[in-house]
Amino acid sequence: MSKLIEGRAWKFGDDVNTDLIIPGKYKLSITDLDELSKHAMEGIDPEFTVKFRKGDIIVAGKNFGCGSSREQAPLVLKHVGVSAIIAKSFARIFYRNAINLGLPVIECVDAERIEHGDMLRIDLEGGLIKNLEKNEEYRFKPFPEEIWVILFSGGLVSYVKKYGKLPW
Amino acid sequence: MGKTISEKILSRASGKDVYAGDIIIADVDSAMAHDGTALLAIEAFEEMKGSGLFNPNSISLVLDHVAPSSNETFSKVHKRIREFAFNYRANFYEVGSGVCHQIMIETGQVKPGELIVGADSHTCTYGALGAFATGIGSTDMAAVFMSGKLWFKVPGTMEVRIDGSLPKMVTPKDVILKVVGEIGADGATYQAIEFKGSTVKEMSVEGRLTLCNMAVEMGAKTGIIEPDEKTIKYLEDMNVDVDPQGILKSDPDAKYTAKLQFDMSDLEPQVACPHSVDNVKPISKVEGTPINQAFLGSCTNGRIEDLRLAAKILDGRKVKRGVRMIVIPISRRIYLQALKEGLIETFIDAGCVVCNPGCGPCVGAHQGILAPGEVCVSTSNRNFKGRMGCMDAEIYLASPATVAASAIEGEITDPRRLKVDE
Repeated sequence: MSKLIEGRAWKFGDDVNTDLIIPGKYKLSITDLDELSKHAMEGIDPEFTVKFRKGDIIVAGKNFGCGSSREQAPLVLKHVGVSAIIAKSFARIFYRNAINLGLPVIECVDAERIEHGDMLRIDLEGGLIKNLEKNEEYRFKPFPEEIWVILFSGGLVSYVKKYGKLPW
Repeated sequence: MGKTISEKILSRASGKDVYAGDIIIADVDSAMAHDGTALLAIEAFEEMKGSGLFNPNSISLVLDHVAPSSNETFSKVHKRIREFAFNYRANFYEVGSGVCHQIMIETGQVKPGELIVGADSHTCTYGALGAFATGIGSTDMAAVFMSGKLWFKVPGTMEVRIDGSLPKMVTPKDVILKVVGEIGADGATYQAIEFKGSTVKEMSVEGRLTLCNMAVEMGAKTGIIEPDEKTIKYLEDMNVDVDPQGILKSDPDAKYTAKLQFDMSDLEPQVACPHSVDNVKPISKVEGTPINQAFLGSCTNGRIEDLRLAAKILDGRKVKRGVRMIVIPISRRIYLQALKEGLIETFIDAGCVVCNPGCGPCVGAHQGILAPGEVCVSTSNRNFKGRMGCMDAEIYLASPATVAASAIEGEITDPRRLKVDE
C-alpha cells in the first residue's frame, strides 16, 4: 500500500451506519463481491458506485461505520476503489475491520473543513492531509506501530502472506 | 492504582498489569461467528493457510441470521459453514437452535471473568454476566481461529449508575433506551460502560442482558455488570459451573472516564424513533402512530420474561386487523419453556405468527420484510434506514409490553393503558 494517497473528497455526514454502507438484505443474499459492491453506500446515494472514481476519498463526520460488525462494509468500499476514509471519529469495529483489510481510516477533527470534490493529498506516515483546493493542511495522529504494520502490509491476510505468521 | 472490572479481566487475559489505553495481546477464552460473518472468517482463515483451530472447543459457529435459509446463495453459505465446523471440530449450532448470543450463554461458553469475542456487534451482551465481551470482524475472527489470541486496546470505563424502582409496565428495555437517548450513538465510543445502581441490582439477569446488549448502540466496546448471586444462580440453573476466581469487582479507587447517574423511578415507556437508535422519545410523544408490523424477539428481547410480559398483555385479546405480529423465542430452550407455560398458545390465539428461534426480521433478510411506507414497532436493537429490508419503511424500537399493546391497538400504544390481570 502506498504511503501517499491522492484523490477527490466524497463528503458524507455523521453516523453513517453499516446498513447504509451495505444493507443487510444484500449482505445476506449476495456473496459475489463484484455484485455486492454495486450496492455500496446505496442507503445514502443509490448512484454512488456509478459516479465514484477509483482512488477517491470518503470524508465524513462523527461515528462513521457504526452498527453491525459486518466486514462487508469496509470490504465493498475498498472494492469500489475507496483509497482512504477520513472522519471525525469511527465506530470501533469498523475501524478494526478497515485496518485488517488494508483500508486507511484516518481520524481527523478537521474533516468538517473538507468539502465535497476537494482534491486531497494524504501522507499516511507523516500524519498530514493537504487540501489542494483550499491550500490548507490538517494534521492527524500517525498510526501506532501495531496498527501500522498491518495497514502498510495491505491488511492482516497480506501481512500473514508476507511474513508467514500473525503479528503476535 | 485500582482497576475496573474490565482492566482486571484484560490484565488476567494478557498476563500483564494493564490499564486503560494500553495495547495488549490477550488470550481469548471463547469465540463465536454466525452465518452473517463466518464465511468471510473462513475465507480469511484459508487465505492465511490456517491448518487448524487453536482450540476447537472454544470456537462456536451458529446459523441464526437467515435460518432456515431463504435463498440458494445463502444455503451455500450455510453448507460451507457446516462443513468447516465439522472438519475442524468446532462447536456447531444448526438452524433453529436460536440466536447466537443466547446459545453462547446457554452452552456455558460465557463465564464471569472471561474474555470473549464474537463476530457480531451485540457480543457485548455477555457483559451482563461479568465477562468482558466485544464484537470483532471476520478477519480478526480468522486470527482468533488460528491463534486463540487477539490485540486489544484496553478501554476506559464510563460508569452509568441507575437507581430507583421501575414503575409498572416499565422494563429494562425502557431503561436502556432512555440511557442511549441521553448518551447518544457515539457517546461511549471505544469505552466500556459499567452499569451499576439499585435498579441494576434489583433487575433479573435477563433484564441485565437487555441493558448490556445495547451498549454498542452508544459506540461502546462492551457493557459490563459486576456479577452477583443472581448471575451465579442464572448460570447454575443452566448447568453452567462458575469459577469463583472469575467473580470480579471494580476497585473503589478505579479510574473512570465519566460517571453518569439516572433516576428511573418516574420513567415512562420509551421509544427509539426512525432512523437512529438515539432518537429516543417518551411514549406520550409518539402514541397513536399507526403500525403495520410488530416484532417480539431478537438478542435484545426474546427471553422468557419478555415473552411472559407480552403474553400477559395479549391474553384474551387479538392483534388488530391489518397488523401482523411476529413472535420469535430467542432459543430452543426458551421456546420449549414458553410452550410449557402456555405462552405460545396465547400468542397463537391472539393471532400472532410464531417463528423458529433465530434473528427473524431484525436484519432484514427474511421472516417479516417491510414494504415501502410501512411502520414496524420492534423489540430489537436497531432502527436504521433499510434495516428490515426496505429503505422506505420506518422502525420504532420499544419494550415487549409496548410492542404487544401496539399490536392490539394497531398504533403505538402505552402499555399502561391496557388492563392486565396480575
